[in-house]
Amino acid sequence: MISRPLSPHLGVYKFIYTMALSILHRITGLAATLGFLAFTWWLLALATGADSYARAMHLLSTPIAKLLLVGFTFSFVYHFCNGIRHLVWDTGRGLERAQARLSGRIVVVAAVLLTALVIWLGCAAMAAGIAPGAAP
Amino acid sequence: MSLRTPLGKVLGRGAAGEGVSHWWMQRVTAVALLPLTAWFAISLLMHSLQSYEVMRGWLGQPYVAVLTILLVITLAVHSKLGVEVVLEDYVHGKGVKTALLLLSTFVHLAAAVAAVFAILVLALQ
Repeated sequence: MISRPLSPHLGVYKFIYTMALSILHRITGLAATLGFLAFTWWLLALATGADSYARAMHLLSTPIAKLLLVGFTFSFVYHFCNGIRHLVWDTGRGLERAQARLSGRIVVVAAVLLTALVIWLGCAAMAAGIAPGAAP
Repeated sequence: MSLRTPLGKVLGRGAAGEGVSHWWMQRVTAVALLPLTAWFAISLLMHSLQSYEVMRGWLGQPYVAVLTILLVITLAVHSKLGVEVVLEDYVHGKGVKTALLLLSTFVHLAAAVAAVFAILVLALQ
């Protein structure tokens, strides 16, 4: 193992919020990986049959699962929005400090609003099947 | 003065021997995932999630199945590349790092195959 200091050097900078946004991109990316595995499980449940899909949806309707779904939704939406910011940076644009700080604020606001929109649509899509008279 | 050989400069593969391909594929998959994930999320939430018949019928359509397979493969590649960067940056023990990188590769491949298989079952059965 190499004993000299290795990148990334996390302790040598004064903390500002763009650093939190940067590390949040990695954390939300890892959360999205778990979300991808959960999505695979959901697809397998759907492919297995009506009973297994009903069990999966029952599990997804528990309070803990709902809380996790909200967390995954925010993670995914934030990673999506901040990913666009990274792609713009890759073209060499928006790298000035003031621009990067402004785009960071825009990403957070956009992520919160989009998360709320997705959760609202998700609640409607979840409630649609359990309306009176609908298929169980 | 550069210490790199003329051949090394032309090949442009650097110390890891793979040049910028890791970095580049992360961007290629990111660009592809923007429309794919947006389309999937919006389309999915337009349907009744609780109904097995509705979900099956929707995912079983040829164009939905094809786009969802593209989504799953692109997502798996992007996720694998991202997890690798995080492991390489924060896990410093060589044995643990190698073990986790292997585990990540296997899990991503297994998940991608399982998801594609599930979609094919829905589309073809």
